[in-house]
Amino acid sequence: MSEPDLKSLIIGVGNLYRNDDAVGILIVRKLNDMASDRVSIIEQSGEGTSLMNAWKGYDRVCIVDAVSSGSPVGSIHCMDASREPVPSKFFSCSTHNFGVAESIELARTLGQLPRQLLLYGVEGGNFQHGEILSTEVEQAMESVAGEISQYVLST
Amino acid sequence: MPTPNRSAEKANCMTKKTIKVDYLARVEGEGGLYIKMKDDAVVDVKLKIFEPPRFFEGFLRGRDFKEASDITARICGICPVAYQMSAVHAMENALGVKVDAPLRELRRLLYCGEWIESHTLHIYLLHAPDFLGYPDAIQMAKDHKEIVERGLKLKKAGNQIVSFLGGREIHPVNVRVGGFYKVFSKRDFEPLIEALKWARDAALNTVRWTAKLPFPKFEQDYEFVALHHPEEYPFNEGRIVSNRGLDIDCSEYEEHFQETHVEHSNALHSHLKERGAYFVGPMARYNLNFDQLSPMAREAALEAGLQKECRNPFKSIIIRSVETLYACDEALRVLESYEKPERPYVPVEPREATGFACTEAPRGILYHHYRLDNQGKILDAKIVPPTSQNQKTIEDDLRKFVPQYIHLSQEELTWQCEQAIRNYDPCISCATHFLKLDIERT
Repeated sequence: MSEPDLKSLIIGVGNLYRNDDAVGILIVRKLNDMASDRVSIIEQSGEGTSLMNAWKGYDRVCIVDAVSSGSPVGSIHCMDASREPVPSKFFSCSTHNFGVAESIELARTLGQLPRQLLLYGVEGGNFQHGEILSTEVEQAMESVAGEISQYVLST
Repeated sequence: MPTPNRSAEKANCMTKKTIKVDYLARVEGEGGLYIKMKDDAVVDVKLKIFEPPRFFEGFLRGRDFKEASDITARICGICPVAYQMSAVHAMENALGVKVDAPLRELRRLLYCGEWIESHTLHIYLLHAPDFLGYPDAIQMAKDHKEIVERGLKLKKAGNQIVSFLGGREIHPVNVRVGGFYKVFSKRDFEPLIEALKWARDAALNTVRWTAKLPFPKFEQDYEFVALHHPEEYPFNEGRIVSNRGLDIDCSEYEEHFQETHVEHSNALHSHLKERGAYFVGPMARYNLNFDQLSPMAREAALEAGLQKECRNPFKSIIIRSVETLYACDEALRVLESYEKPERPYVPVEPREATGFACTEAPRGILYHHYRLDNQGKILDAKIVPPTSQNQKTIEDDLRKFVPQYIHLSQEELTWQCEQAIRNYDPCISCATHFLKLDIERT
């Protein structure tokens, strides 16, 4: 069944000054033209309780962030977080003690998850201080931006 | 009475034992813990801080004095207001500026927002699971849904203050030397008043709830250090005082406090030159400023069973709740008596000068010191955040705590040690930005 009136939110998570950790923010900046009455685009640091406040009132949410799971740098991970739990160490590149994974799992426990929650992760390699993306991460950006755009525009 | 397991250990002559936590959970930033024991005595404790240093003081050099507040705010996503406040006060101290009374009140309001956010996050999501026996807040929420929901909503009230007055939720942008970029009418603040009235009730219930948690018996003879102001609970101004007679102006800080490098930490250890370790943060503030709390906060503290002085760091969760209540109460006081300032900021002219300031970050005193040239360019900067000041006290606590609880299983003892560290709500991200790098060239 198509749901043309879904309210969608795209959240780019990351830190612009921690090299590959910037990728979530940079991807949503590529999508800024999509913003409309039905599609909101925001940037977040990844502090969990702010994320939980941000997605309130939205039916469909897509979060994109850098991840550190041991996969090759530039790998793209995608999971339907409304159906499956997020591995707790998935976002260990963040220094936040209550970050993306924790906020999703707490929201699941409290019944506060959006109906649809898609999580994109781009495997980063360098999370030290700086403003340079790894080549593989940069290459993954276009592809992730395209997939998110398709997901949000689909009915 | 030793447990059978413990006896078995002794029979096998197991005289050496270590507690090792590679990555501490539920603290900000990356740190670990190492404790080595021999014959039930602690021989070594290391709070390891391995988050890489960030050299903020280095890249402040050459920047304009007006930039320091926004640059240093980047040190921490949890307490950016504290960095902004210490930076602007230090600059105003250097440049001989005194802000108008209504602007000063707005600064208190902004700080209230940060205390509410930071304290509530720690109370509900990081510290409470320790007392209730859950590995994390997610597991705790399964059994205490309404309590966790209350915590999240209470934290949001703090976020609302910071995002409205500060311009955005994380790393606010409305603070400047001399005041604010933009100030608001009384009417603009009306939605905040309603949110804060609910928050004040929730904070009172938080005090009552935390008072009922089980606390290990552990009282120590600390030297507490905090700001003290005769007329108000300290946020932005006051003298640096201690319960052992320290009473100095912020400009005298470096005459009394010293930082040293220890091999196992990327954050410098801070100590009082004459007496060693000291304790900063909510418990220090409370003990040195009880009479300056609002009547409602004082009454709630006493009702919760606290005395005017508390020396059990595990009870810091009650004190954080009392301070959260105070912050809600104080924010409402500021808002109810608020009149829009005639000007958003006091004009500031650069000159060659040196300035100092300490303000009370949620975790304790945050010291900034700047030296400026005649154009207002920063020549030198020194920043001492609260977590680095508490490092030595945290290690001392563990040295004394572990022998008292040596009968516990390895798993339980490790947990209790982590809880003892979380008593201080350490912000390792803050603590590691100031390591000095000495390169010897031959």
